[in-house]
Amino acid sequence: MSARQSVLKPLNATAFDVLRIRADFPILKLAPGGKPLVYLDNAASSQMPQQVIDRLVRYQTTQHANIHRAVHTLSEIATAEYEEARRKLARFINAREEREVIFTSGTTEAINLAMHGYGRKFIGAGDEIILTTLEHHSNIVPWQMLAEEKGARIRVVPINDAGELLIDEYETLFNERTKFFGMTHVSNALGSVNPVKPMIAFARARGVPVLLDGAQAVPHMRVDVQDLDCDFYAFSGHKMCGPTGIGVLYGKAALLERMQPFKGGGDMILSVTFEKTTYNVIPQKFEAGTPPIAAAIGLGAAVDYLAAIGMDAIAAHERALLDYATEQLARLPGVRIIGIARDKAAVLSFALDGVHPHDVGTLLNQDGIAVRTGHHCAQPVMQRFKVPATSRASFALYNTMAEVDALVAGIRSVQKVFY
Amino acid sequence: MADPKSLYQEVILDHNRKPRNFGVLEQASHKAEGHNPLCGDHLSVALNLDGERIAAIAFQGESCAICKASASMMTASVKGKTREDAETLIQEFRDMATGHIDVDKQAHHLGRLTVFSGVHDLPTRVKCAILPWHTLHAALHSVADISTESENDPMHAPIGDA
Repeated sequence: MSARQSVLKPLNATAFDVLRIRADFPILKLAPGGKPLVYLDNAASSQMPQQVIDRLVRYQTTQHANIHRAVHTLSEIATAEYEEARRKLARFINAREEREVIFTSGTTEAINLAMHGYGRKFIGAGDEIILTTLEHHSNIVPWQMLAEEKGARIRVVPINDAGELLIDEYETLFNERTKFFGMTHVSNALGSVNPVKPMIAFARARGVPVLLDGAQAVPHMRVDVQDLDCDFYAFSGHKMCGPTGIGVLYGKAALLERMQPFKGGGDMILSVTFEKTTYNVIPQKFEAGTPPIAAAIGLGAAVDYLAAIGMDAIAAHERALLDYATEQLARLPGVRIIGIARDKAAVLSFALDGVHPHDVGTLLNQDGIAVRTGHHCAQPVMQRFKVPATSRASFALYNTMAEVDALVAGIRSVQKVFY
Repeated sequence: MADPKSLYQEVILDHNRKPRNFGVLEQASHKAEGHNPLCGDHLSVALNLDGERIAAIAFQGESCAICKASASMMTASVKGKTREDAETLIQEFRDMATGHIDVDKQAHHLGRLTVFSGVHDLPTRVKCAILPWHTLHAALHSVADISTESENDPMHAPIGDA
């Protein structure tokens, strides 16, 4: 018994063991071109631990059938596992009820669901939608489409030179025509963690529903949707050690019930005649067709994995990585860090004097270092800082201080090529 | 994948540092703008045709080293050449960058421009190298605005073969 405890205990009780975590991720053993992979593109997509890979294999080899349909055993197992994944996700973000968790293909579809389901029903001509400068295109374009269709107007919360939202300006944007507020929890381009709680409270006090884009938050910090009191919360599986093709729209049940369906098809109905179709209850109302069952179950396993390590421990580790990387990059001549918000997630966007980010990315890649270069699907942010693009290193739970050193050495070697 | 260092050769870095024919061409007879919305590369090419001959050419813009060096070497290569010769180079450069001709084995007129042959191993960078040539093509045909993502781009074709 005591031997068994000693095996189990370290998972929860000991200090963060990054090497042990790394051992769970087979892809991190790759060495492209003979150089160990230094994967710093986690804001685009994270890697998958063996535990999640194994779960996908187990589902596919022993549990797969379509869900919510047949009476045979496999279908019952698949349905139970899929719904168990929903329970895990609900617990992970502390949703009040499981039915508030709608599986989508990812954050983009989740926001589109909110736009079609809520926006197209409740937002009309002359109404105003508030967004922020920090939004990813996926939390801009759907609302622009809605605004164009309905004759509504988009208003934008500005940011300062550090990459922080201007809260006073935010508050002045509200008026009696304000019908929706969409905001990213964490900026994907700059890493700014927005002061979401007071901003949500301000909007809700004026009866304005709030959607948070949590794609860059859920993988890196504890998120409690009840504590935040937002109306919608969207995030993606593949940025949190889960598979691609799966994500979540959390919505308050009362709101989801008032919304119209997004996609029509099987599973989202109770009965269909050519005269009238009765829609299913939530969450099924929004999950038309056969969902990505394996991906949902895989995401459930990813949540188990992250929860066992602990989101607070992950956040602390990533904070240390960010602090170290920021300090090291700041020492390099010719490097400008873009986005220096007081509260930041482990995202480091930077510009090198005289070197275009694409050249930085190609040359870092030669040292085995994977960073993202470009506008990060956040062109308004790039316009605000008057840069065409940046290089972005984004960290995850499995990154190490040694990898920060590799990045710094890589940047030095890029500078040697160009100067 | 080829060593990208083979792409960042001294000749390319030199043209990036000191681009030739960089600036404004007064009273150009032909010009076009080119941009790659994916990375923000943007340049304009202006030229003066004297009959069928490119008497003067200049470019300006903001782009990565591959794009800027490609533009610089392009202007140096086509200056004084006929429109037809320039079109041949445009086609050959594009074929080289997309891996449709092997410059070591097949006949071509690219000369020093073969320093860009390594780009076809870097699919995400092919457009950087080709953009100036697309823009030159557009200028010669007086297409006002060109984008590597535009369906109106007369040079538009899938690049980076699977």
